[in-house]
Amino acid sequence: MTAVYEAQARCEDIWETLLDSMLRIRYFENEVKALFGSGLVRGSTHLCQGQEATVVGACSRLRPGDMMASTYRGHGAVLATGASPTAAFAEILGRDPGLCGGKGGSMHFTDLTHGAIGSNAIVGAHLPIAVGAAFGAQHLKSGAVSLAFTGDGSTNIGAFHEALNLAGIWKLPVVIVIENNHYGEYSPLAATTPISALVDRAKSYGIRGEVVDGNDVLAVRNVVGEAFDRARDGNGPTLIEADTYRFEGHSRSDPGKYRPPGELESWLARDPIERFADLLKEREIAGTEIVEAHRQQVGAEIAAALQAAKAAPEPQPERLYEDVIG
Amino acid sequence: MIRELTYREAIASAIGDELEADPRTVFFGEDVGAAGGAFKSTVGLLERFGGERVRDTPISEQAIVGAAIGAAIAGLRPIAEIMFADFVGVCFDQIVNQLAKYRYMTAGQVRLPVTLRMANGAGAGFGAQHSQAAENWLINVPGLYLATPATAEDTYRILRTAVQCDDPVVVFEHKNLFGLKGTIDSTAPVLPVGKADVVRSGEHVTVVATQQMRHRAVEAAEELAAEGIHIEVIDPRWLTPFDDAAVVASLQKTSRLLVVQEGPAPGGWAGALVARLCAHHFELFDAPPRLLTSPFTPVPYSGVLEDAWLPSAPDVADCCRELLKY
Ligand SMILES: Cc1ncc(C[n+]2csc(CCOP(=O)(O)OP(=O)(O)O)c2C)c(N)n1
Ligand SMILES: [Mg+2]
Repeated sequence: MTAVYEAQARCEDIWETLLDSMLRIRYFENEVKALFGSGLVRGSTHLCQGQEATVVGACSRLRPGDMMASTYRGHGAVLATGASPTAAFAEILGRDPGLCGGKGGSMHFTDLTHGAIGSNAIVGAHLPIAVGAAFGAQHLKSGAVSLAFTGDGSTNIGAFHEALNLAGIWKLPVVIVIENNHYGEYSPLAATTPISALVDRAKSYGIRGEVVDGNDVLAVRNVVGEAFDRARDGNGPTLIEADTYRFEGHSRSDPGKYRPPGELESWLARDPIERFADLLKEREIAGTEIVEAHRQQVGAEIAAALQAAKAAPEPQPERLYEDVIG
Repeated sequence: MIRELTYREAIASAIGDELEADPRTVFFGEDVGAAGGAFKSTVGLLERFGGERVRDTPISEQAIVGAAIGAAIAGLRPIAEIMFADFVGVCFDQIVNQLAKYRYMTAGQVRLPVTLRMANGAGAGFGAQHSQAAENWLINVPGLYLATPATAEDTYRILRTAVQCDDPVVVFEHKNLFGLKGTIDSTAPVLPVGKADVVRSGEHVTVVATQQMRHRAVEAAEELAAEGIHIEVIDPRWLTPFDDAAVVASLQKTSRLLVVQEGPAPGGWAGALVARLCAHHFELFDAPPRLLTSPFTPVPYSGVLEDAWLPSAPDVADCCRELLKY
């Protein structure tokens, strides 16, 4: 780790943002679970609980003008860019002031004002798009970077490979973070993927690869910060494999029966929020009481956001025909 | 400026004029730069605009379309080439699920000024995987404009309209028409999206045909004129949106309709047009509307078989004579 990132790992200036952001995602998704249980969420929804450190650490490096593309498991990534939880709840509830006017839903959170250029429900399809966004930034010399999150399972789809190859040959300012939660739907990684180090795939595209503990928010923040610096300096893309775990099933209909006994518990013991709280205490940055105050405050924020979203109007039927073309 | 150009040269000319007009416009695809295109339809652009704006890509159709989408999100106005329209098969997701739906799913946060060009159609002996008229694959996808220019003039003007359009346009360039000559006026006003061309007027039968079939319809018109039969030939030029009004206006004179389509009938624009007209303008018909299409087989290689596969000018003439028996 370079000196500058070691210094930033001290995190005195940023810990509150990181902590609040992870708490916001966790509490937001607690409510989504409850909404789903009471039949208020249409279709399905994919929770990222347990993976908060990866999206929060990475998005903490975004600057205005940067772009972030995510997957259907994208609540966390989009909230981590600073998108409004009220608009996010409203989107899930299909309401007019939702992030996408109720036309997207849980899988398609998009908030251009915060650089969240889209959450995609076609596995891997956002990667060529993220690479294209990086090409746009490079061409316009805007200094922006493009960040994409993607699943471990998506490293087996063609779009992933085409995207990495193009990023490599054009040396684009794109950083792709694999959220390796060890399962693609119900299939363990080993059943679908003949290598266990997904980062090795970077090599064949002439791209730098990094591995990081995806449940360590500061570690992610550091590795992504370095990757962004390289990208902004014209030194091309980075593929980062973040080791993490989803606490919930693949989607809300999945009880996760395929997980071996003890596995979930071992990951719950590495809960990224609790680890960060422990670190704050250990380094005497914030004690239990201060962290508790943050929990209360973010909890209240989320409760209010949900309240506001529930009171929001449904879209007018004419909206059906808007924003198709022309 | 007014110049005599071939259909093929009109393509390079339109792209060049658009690159000249707007620095945000970029052009990329496989072998489009150094090689000047697989059909030599982009010769000279790399030399004129340089490798930043005219780029050769890897053989990665998903990445080509995805990169165009991402670059558009980042603020560019990309023109992307898919060498043969048949290759839509390998990037169907990027076109149908990404390019076409992005604006809608994000409730208009994102608009995609992307022009996608591809060489279309049969008649040149390229065999089953390089000869398809692929426009019908995209005909029921909301969110895309589809253009099928038949002449050098229309190709030039439609391409310029496409690049200036703020929504995605797919332009099918018919590879059997690349040698056609025309008079290109680079100062002509922009052609509106969705405007048909009444190529030849007549009062007996309305014949609607695109690209190669339009030229065969005109050939048939000459043959029929000798018999005192005057057909009206309408080239819709755009399949989405379709200029129904132009056809209705013609039917008011002729009361007889023949729609000629290169490619099999099922699920095509020709059948859809007939269905709409029957539903809304049944009173205009004095004879059952006719469809003349290719048979429901792949495109064969042998010249004899391929000729039999494509509707011919005599086929068009025969259909018109039959319609006049009513
Ligand atoms: C092209 C495509 N194939 C299959 C699916 C169905 N599907 C949705 S999520 C998923 C698993 C993806 O796993 P991974 O990339 O590891 O991401 P995770 O869900 O674990 O975050 C599958 C197969 C899809 N949405 N898109
Ligand atoms: Mg996974």
